Amino acid sequence: MPTSPSILELLSPYPPGWGGVLISGAASTILISLGAYLLGMLIGLAGAAGKLKGSRPVVALLDFYTTAVRAIPELILIIGLYYAGTDGINRLLSALGFPPIEINGFLAAVVVLGVVQGAYATEVLRGAILAIPVGQIEAASAFGMRPLLRFRRIVLPALMPNALPGMANLWMSVTKDSALIAVVGYQELALATRLAAGNTKHYFLFFFAAAVIYLVITLVSNMVFGSLETYFRRGQPKAA
Amino acid sequence: MTNDISHALRVDDVHKSYGTHEVLKGVSLAAKKGDVISLIGSSGSGKSTFLRCINFLEIPDRGRFVVNGEEVLMKTGADGRAHPASWRQVERIRTGLGMVFQSFNLWAHMTVLENVIEAPVHVLGMSRKEATEKAEALLQKVGLYDKRNVYPAFMSGGQQQRASIARALCVDPAVMLFDEPTSALDPELVGEVLKVIRDLAEEGRTMLLVTHEMKFARNVSSHVMFLHQGRVEEEGRPEQIFGAPISARCREFTSSSRH
Repeated sequence: MPTSPSILELLSPYPPGWGGVLISGAASTILISLGAYLLGMLIGLAGAAGKLKGSRPVVALLDFYTTAVRAIPELILIIGLYYAGTDGINRLLSALGFPPIEINGFLAAVVVLGVVQGAYATEVLRGAILAIPVGQIEAASAFGMRPLLRFRRIVLPALMPNALPGMANLWMSVTKDSALIAVVGYQELALATRLAAGNTKHYFLFFFAAAVIYLVITLVSNMVFGSLETYFRRGQPKAA
Repeated sequence: MTNDISHALRVDDVHKSYGTHEVLKGVSLAAKKGDVISLIGSSGSGKSTFLRCINFLEIPDRGRFVVNGEEVLMKTGADGRAHPASWRQVERIRTGLGMVFQSFNLWAHMTVLENVIEAPVHVLGMSRKEATEKAEALLQKVGLYDKRNVYPAFMSGGQQQRASIARALCVDPAVMLFDEPTSALDPELVGEVLKVIRDLAEEGRTMLLVTHEMKFARNVSSHVMFLHQGRVEEEGRPEQIFGAPISARCREFTSSSRH
């Protein structure tokens, strides 16, 4: 009878160790999070602009979006959007006479999480834009800046100090929310952990290892957001 | 209106209302090159609103604007109010109007030098090198060369206002617009800003100045306009407005606010 493998053997990146599975799961988690975060920020910028400057129907539509997404539990949203989304696309394709397609799990994860992130980002960025002293934007207009130039040179850098704490929160939550993608069967860190633990029966070891990986992701993120904040707050006195 | 070309700025019959409150009831102004025109009057007289209508930070309901020989094309909307026919044109005309705000409005994420070169580089398309040389000369002139790499929040109000004057100068404006440039300053800092403005007046810059500094307006202006409830109550040479005003209201205002 073989002796039970040591911790190091279990965590080895090469089979029969499960370290490699965990690491590729972590890489998926980070990639999904990055993609969803980026998509969320784009939706958020457009959403904030729409809520602040849009016509009444646009504002009503955006209010519905942010309210609905923030009211429904994320797990339900993810399952709902994932299955409804893939089903909807395939129904549309068959109605148009095309064969059904297999939806790429990674892309679906990014889109679903990005749509959720977008609702929160809309509110974070809307608040950050409103917090810019109106005189800064007026000055930009007074010097003949066009709206796009004004946004790029003045509004965007001026909203960053206001937005960064909220944006850091959103990043931290998307790295963890991506674990919910496991329910639709896409292998990221949480599903990889469950797989490793279930196969070896070393539950504590693998869940602890996953916890450490999540912690490392968080610590590195903290450092990145810390230096971003220092950079974007360069014009502000320390004790604001 | 045949002499529009000789005027740096000509504004006719400006009206502006907020809701039912009529702030401007037909104000006109003509500034020849080198004129220094002060707008005085009590709070709520409409002088700041009038100034802000000139570069369309407020959109006037009615009026005719000719800046540096170019007339701003207006069209009347469905609500019967006028608005610029082309924002592109307004943006171009704005680059010829150097605005100095009461609360400075320097861009907080840029150093003083970056503030000054921002519009020349990104709006006028000047090269960074050329803009920097020009900006450094202007900062020298307003006494802020040593502070060129400092962020606005780390400077006094007087320094920030001088920096914002340099920023307005760097676009080579045909007309400079000052909107109560010393009203947000501590009393001991007012002098350094007024000195810079006086130097500009003596250089022959065309300037419009909304101010509560009566002594300064009297000394520096070529023409003074006293606004009351959205109308020009009286205007003329500073000696007349401050020395022998015709209107009782103007007499009351200038004598009560004489320091």
